[in-house]
Amino acid sequence: MTPLAGYLLVAALLFSIGLAGALTRRNAILVLIGIELMLNAANLNLIAFWRYGPHPEALTGMMFAIFSIAVAAAEAAVGLGLVIQIHRHAHTTDLDQMNRMKG
Amino acid sequence: MSLVFYAIAGLTLAGALAAVLLKNTVHCALALTVAFAGQALLFLELDAQFAGFAQILVYIGAVAVLVVFAILLTRGSETPKDGVYSRNWLAGLVIAAGVFAVLGWAVLGSARALPHETAAPTVTVLQIGNALMSRYVLPLEIVALLLTAALIGAVIVAMHEKEGHK
Repeated sequence: MTPLAGYLLVAALLFSIGLAGALTRRNAILVLIGIELMLNAANLNLIAFWRYGPHPEALTGMMFAIFSIAVAAAEAAVGLGLVIQIHRHAHTTDLDQMNRMKG
Repeated sequence: MSLVFYAIAGLTLAGALAAVLLKNTVHCALALTVAFAGQALLFLELDAQFAGFAQILVYIGAVAVLVVFAILLTRGSETPKDGVYSRNWLAGLVIAAGVFAVLGWAVLGSARALPHETAAPTVTVLQIGNALMSRYVLPLEIVALLLTAALIGAVIVAMHEKEGHK
């Protein structure tokens, strides 16, 4: 097994763990944690392809990963702000109990 | 594949599994920090020093702390009496297993075509800074705008409404 295949397999496992967490947990914050893990797995793929790709000096994958980290930080801030506001409004973060769109 | 890689990958995956499986939400946040740290070590193992330290700064320093604050503000550490998993958890598990099967099949099926060990690229922070200021300056500006918008948006969304002033 080449090193790249190892990193890709780890990233695939990390993505699947995050997806399982996002799909099976009730707490909205835990769902956000799962989404963060999935984003991390994508970053790992980008860096691994940058390292073992043909032109690492062009920095393409590295730049993609850095911008992806910045976007993930923005996503986490807005997502957790939404969770706090929903908790203030509905007094729950349980996604199974959030079944109305009316305020 | 070196022993170091297996150790770091095991640490990262164990942290991720614990973050998804544990019952107490605060423990989940701490396990998430372990997963982020393991991922930063993987970045360092891949000779991406800048990305590794950015990962530590952004994820452990900001995102994990933000998650802990959100848990404290929503009293999410109390374990609900009807379980922590959703009603249709089996469907979610099957979907995740299916996704992993497809990804693993794709990686292992193309393993022969993947490039082998190459010489470690020497990338300095100076090069990254030059690239950010020349070739990638427009994406950098867009990310700056996005971060400003997200900052203002998060503050407005989470801001406490005064009673009677809806």
